[in-house]
Amino acid sequence: MSESPLPPKRPLPKLTEADTAEFWKRTRDQQLSYQQCSDCDEIVFYPRHHCTHCLGNNLEWRTASGKGTVYTFSVIRQSYHPFFRSRLPYAVAWIDLEEGPRILSNVVGLADPATLEIGQSVEVEWEPHEELSIPLFKPVSAPV
Amino acid sequence: MSAQARDAAIVGIHEYPSRDVAGLVSPLQIKAASAAQALADAGLGWQDVDAIYDAGEGGGMAGLNIAEYFGLKPNVIDTTSVGGSSYEYHAAHARRDIAAGKARVALLTYGSTAHSNAQAIGVGGRGGGAHPADNMESFSGMTLVANYAMVARRHMHEYGTTSRQLAEISTATRAHAMRNPQAVKAMEDLEFLDIRETTLDDVVNSRMIADPLHLLECCMISDGGGAVVIAAADVARDCRNTPVWILGSGEATKYTENGGDITTSAAAQSGPSAFAEAGVAPAEIDIAMIYDSFSITVLALLEDLGFCGKGEGGAWVEGGRLRFDRPQDGPALNTDGGGLSSNHPGMRGIFLLIEAVRQLRGESCSQVSGARLAIAHGNGGMLGSRHCAGSVILGRD
Ligand SMILES: [Zn+2]
Repeated sequence: MSESPLPPKRPLPKLTEADTAEFWKRTRDQQLSYQQCSDCDEIVFYPRHHCTHCLGNNLEWRTASGKGTVYTFSVIRQSYHPFFRSRLPYAVAWIDLEEGPRILSNVVGLADPATLEIGQSVEVEWEPHEELSIPLFKPVSAPV
Repeated sequence: MSAQARDAAIVGIHEYPSRDVAGLVSPLQIKAASAAQALADAGLGWQDVDAIYDAGEGGGMAGLNIAEYFGLKPNVIDTTSVGGSSYEYHAAHARRDIAAGKARVALLTYGSTAHSNAQAIGVGGRGGGAHPADNMESFSGMTLVANYAMVARRHMHEYGTTSRQLAEISTATRAHAMRNPQAVKAMEDLEFLDIRETTLDDVVNSRMIADPLHLLECCMISDGGGAVVIAAADVARDCRNTPVWILGSGEATKYTENGGDITTSAAAQSGPSAFAEAGVAPAEIDIAMIYDSFSITVLALLEDLGFCGKGEGGAWVEGGRLRFDRPQDGPALNTDGGGLSSNHPGMRGIFLLIEAVRQLRGESCSQVSGARLAIAHGNGGMLGSRHCAGSVILGRD
């Protein structure tokens, strides 16, 4: 009898990518980070080594609260990637963090992902891995 | 209105007929075969070509590879590679280089065997890439279809656009495809089911690929390619066909910005530049060759190019307005059958130029009587995150 194959794995970010490595290192401690320019206050995201507004190099790392709202989303019903095919259907979304950065992620924790709506309040839910954690998001009830 | 320049014209075109080469032909062979046919169409020869424009789909060091493969030693090489919009950039750059006296006869070619290679362009997952944006996003399992679907979802949210309105793009394009024997053959070779004109119900009842985009709102994945020859004015006037002048062009990029508007594309920047240079208004355009990777692509681009206001596209396209036999209502859309129903090997931009030229020569299968002005608008990359736009206004004397 052959062994059952290992379950497919989520493709993980590289900790060697020059601009974004620091972001991912910070996820080990479940910190969701972004950068802000000390010279012009611009929020920079995705992370870089320069400010996209003034080209300065005085960027400071900040930690986001992990709270945000769904700007837009789609429910994926077809994928040829082994890991994601095993998760169909699943929701991908652009999420506006309350501090300003817009991040792409999955919204998890819905029995039916098609019930997701634009404007839904969400908060980060970490998926731990060996060297980093993946920031997924789950719905929270919106304040009345 | 400023006088329209007549620097350079498209004088030769060829669309490679097969959409399924069964692995027997390479992308480079498609490029060379198409080049020969387009030059023959122009009445020019291999030795006349002194400028090459190439998007690098042959791999490696693009400008060098293609020159050696062709056996040409051009004076000008341009390897702008911006996905499906590359060929609009190439046409604009060829005109600029010809106007500057750097070139006389420019050759644009495209070849792809995406279908034979079974490339899952639309629904393949991307691995973590070298680019920082990829490294931030690929963990999410975003697919190309979903990228566009997120634009559609936001468009619906902000403007009340409906799936039935988006379906108008698909049905008009399919109606044109059914009049084009090459497109019908393409759908047969790619084993489309039930090949016929579609209804709005057909589209909205087809399988959901990534909410809210249905199967019949997504382009095909074909093999294919083509070539375009652009010549200086004096050369063009001696060519076999009516010159189709490049009257204006615009280029732009758009990428994800914190707090940005996903429903507005780079066309909002490239379109006005192109129309202004050409001295033409959107209302004067007879033929709209608009990149139709998905239904939402066309809707957003029509708005951004100024055919209607932002958010008004849904109502504007209703009632079959985009069909070739409704010229009183504005431009005819993608009269070859588009990427949705005729030809999409990955980078469709060259076919936008080719069908626009057919229309302005009076050679289309869905000919708009008296067509005089066309726009070819390429969108390369991904509408919902980062893309390039190339707008080219074409006209005949
Ligand atoms: Zn700054």
